Amino acid sequence: MTNTGAGVFLEFNDVKKSYDQKSLVVKGFNIQVEQGEFITLLGPSGSGKTTVLMMLAGFESVTSGTISIRGQSINRTAPYKRNIGMVFQNYALFPHMTVAENLGYPLSVRGMSKPDQKARIAEYLDLVELGDFGKRYPGQLSGGQRQRVALARAMIFEPTLILMDEPLGALDKKLREQMQYEITRLHEQLGFTVIYVTHDQAEALSMSDRIAVFNDGIVQQCAPPAELYERPANAFVAEFIGENNFVHGTVERIEDGRAVVSIPGGANIVAEAGEGLEAGARSIVSIRPEKLFIHPNSHSHDNEIAATFVARIYVGDFIRYYFRLADGSEIVVKVLNDLSAPEFGEGESGRLQWLISDSIAFPHSGEMPDVTG
Amino acid sequence: MSDTTAGTLGGKPDRLGKQDARNAAREVRARRVRAFLFVMPLLIFIMFAFVAPIASMLFRSAYNPTVAELVPASLEALADWDGEGSPPEAAQAQFALDMKRLANDRTSGQLAEEINRFLPGTSSVVKSTARELRRTDDAELSANGAALLLEADEEWGDPGIWRALRKAGQTYTSSYYLTALDLEMTRDGTIQQRDTQIYLKLYGKTLWMALIITLLTLILGYPLAFHMAHCSTSRANFLMVFVLLPFWTSLLVRTTSWIALLQTNGVVNSTLISLGVTDDPLELLYTQFSTIIAMTHILLPFMVLPLYSVMRGIDPSYMRAAMSMGSRPIPAFLRIYLPMSLPGLSAGALLVFIISVGYYITPALVGGTDGQMISNIIAFHMQQSNNWELAAALGSLLLVLIIALYWLYDRFVGAGNIKLG
Repeated sequence: MTNTGAGVFLEFNDVKKSYDQKSLVVKGFNIQVEQGEFITLLGPSGSGKTTVLMMLAGFESVTSGTISIRGQSINRTAPYKRNIGMVFQNYALFPHMTVAENLGYPLSVRGMSKPDQKARIAEYLDLVELGDFGKRYPGQLSGGQRQRVALARAMIFEPTLILMDEPLGALDKKLREQMQYEITRLHEQLGFTVIYVTHDQAEALSMSDRIAVFNDGIVQQCAPPAELYERPANAFVAEFIGENNFVHGTVERIEDGRAVVSIPGGANIVAEAGEGLEAGARSIVSIRPEKLFIHPNSHSHDNEIAATFVARIYVGDFIRYYFRLADGSEIVVKVLNDLSAPEFGEGESGRLQWLISDSIAFPHSGEMPDVTG
Repeated sequence: MSDTTAGTLGGKPDRLGKQDARNAAREVRARRVRAFLFVMPLLIFIMFAFVAPIASMLFRSAYNPTVAELVPASLEALADWDGEGSPPEAAQAQFALDMKRLANDRTSGQLAEEINRFLPGTSSVVKSTARELRRTDDAELSANGAALLLEADEEWGDPGIWRALRKAGQTYTSSYYLTALDLEMTRDGTIQQRDTQIYLKLYGKTLWMALIITLLTLILGYPLAFHMAHCSTSRANFLMVFVLLPFWTSLLVRTTSWIALLQTNGVVNSTLISLGVTDDPLELLYTQFSTIIAMTHILLPFMVLPLYSVMRGIDPSYMRAAMSMGSRPIPAFLRIYLPMSLPGLSAGALLVFIISVGYYITPALVGGTDGQMISNIIAFHMQQSNNWELAAALGSLLLVLIIALYWLYDRFVGAGNIKLG
């Protein structure tokens, strides 16, 4: 998302964090967030995303750099003066207070009169569709209901910024999808800014305006979901977001932003050249399983390689085919479960086809994840 | 068609058939028997070592057959006496005969002790009379008993000692409970306060000291438990060793070390004098102060352990949530953290309070007369004054008191709020 004239609402400027005075957990985090944006910090556990959130909430100090809201540094602002709503993974609903008392807590802290509080609590309970639950205790609610209360409590004092720390982590899949929709609806309805932390990429992709992918204390890429999925900036993002195949090879030449890569078995394939790719260097080419097609098919294609059929797994709405390439690495093809899904016998060979624009060649680096399968 | 077939195959598929119901019942029974067998050894142990002694103590506090067994005939003869003036001659003669028999059986001392409890100062009267009458002829005693008694000691002319005898002769009596509550029964049967208040005052002092000790352990223990619950596991374990260290040393050693510290020429006094804080050594030992300070030290782990285990379970996100909503740390602590730590707090406080109400060894060693608690007076009656009945009555009242306190606690805080781990 481009920064328009509306101005930056929240800014991290080269923020670093060290817990043990030896190593950095967050190594220079930069981001500019506009008012009303839904930003997700996505990454494997231990990547520093929760630390960023804690620094923003004020529960962890900033080692260096500045965090500012509307141009004002909040590095030294006490957490209770930041006016930032927060939703915790375990909900952190106060067990000794009723739902209504939980919602009333931030209001009474702000000295709101009782009748006003009551009206506001009713309003927000209706907003999360829990109108009749005010007198219950958190222990009497289901996981999804607690999550709604936690959401309402973070919003009720009308903060401009709401932080969510893996809020749906404890819910089952169905409820999680329902709550994703709920959060998106509230975000659009009320227009607050959200910083959302998760390790679930499906959640991140479906909810966010922009996603910052964390690994090893560094933001690997910060982009809207579609761009992140279609145009990953490096091999880590390509592997971390969604499912991906990686074909190893050596770069023959680069022309017009496209790389010609020779792969074991003698064939050459062409792919979009990723950043930092040089001719003659080792490379990995990523192709999404759903962008691969098994010959014969009606799709147009630019690349074709031969592969040996290994297995076919029936998933339901689609079928996964496992093939082995000449160098022994495995490659997955996702085919919609319709009449065109082909049958293969064990050891039979097939031809896989795809478009140049659906594949990216990245430089091969040490931190490349395990690419078999 | 039989019921069984109708039940299993017919219109009520949810109902068990007869055979199935029998099998299910047998399974439940077998499970119950197994569960019972698991707790059986403990149950037997508790019956012998706990329930039976307490029951006998409760019984003893109201049951006192000694005098009734020693002089049954005299008591029977006195039964018709109205309590005014001298008892009938026949009764006095019977008592004189009984006294002679007791003197020869060498059991007159027991009678003297029992009567003395109801009328202090009569022990010697009974004993000397028994000595006088030992060699007197039986026939003369039956004929002339009253005069001989009066000759032996003129106290026998006073109806008071006879009333005391009759009172001591009651097999079931409430008098020990009355004594334990500083009450007495007057001659016309009304209950009035005694002139000297001993036991009520002691109960009050015991409760007061227990309360102070509970508060002190709370003040010292709460911040420690809080710190332990919020620091790293390795440091918490390290600190835990220091909390548990007192448990691993003998209670007697810990108490006597307080004597070494607090005595007139002890560590505390010599330090204070050498610092010039005071010229004369302070009276620290054998006071209420020394009892309270030593017991606070000894009972501290009982406060820290439940507090720590409960605090350990309180997620830091609760405080963070409160602060993110705009609450300052101290109000957030009072409104959120404190109520959440209440189960540990009440468990610790109840534990310390109840243990200290019945505490014996520390007040006995460092308490002196000022720092005595109710247990010490119970022990005194069991060991020195040999008045087991009064000791039992005092102990029973202590039990009732603790149960009442627990009931009050349950009423206002809720026993479900106790959490030890």
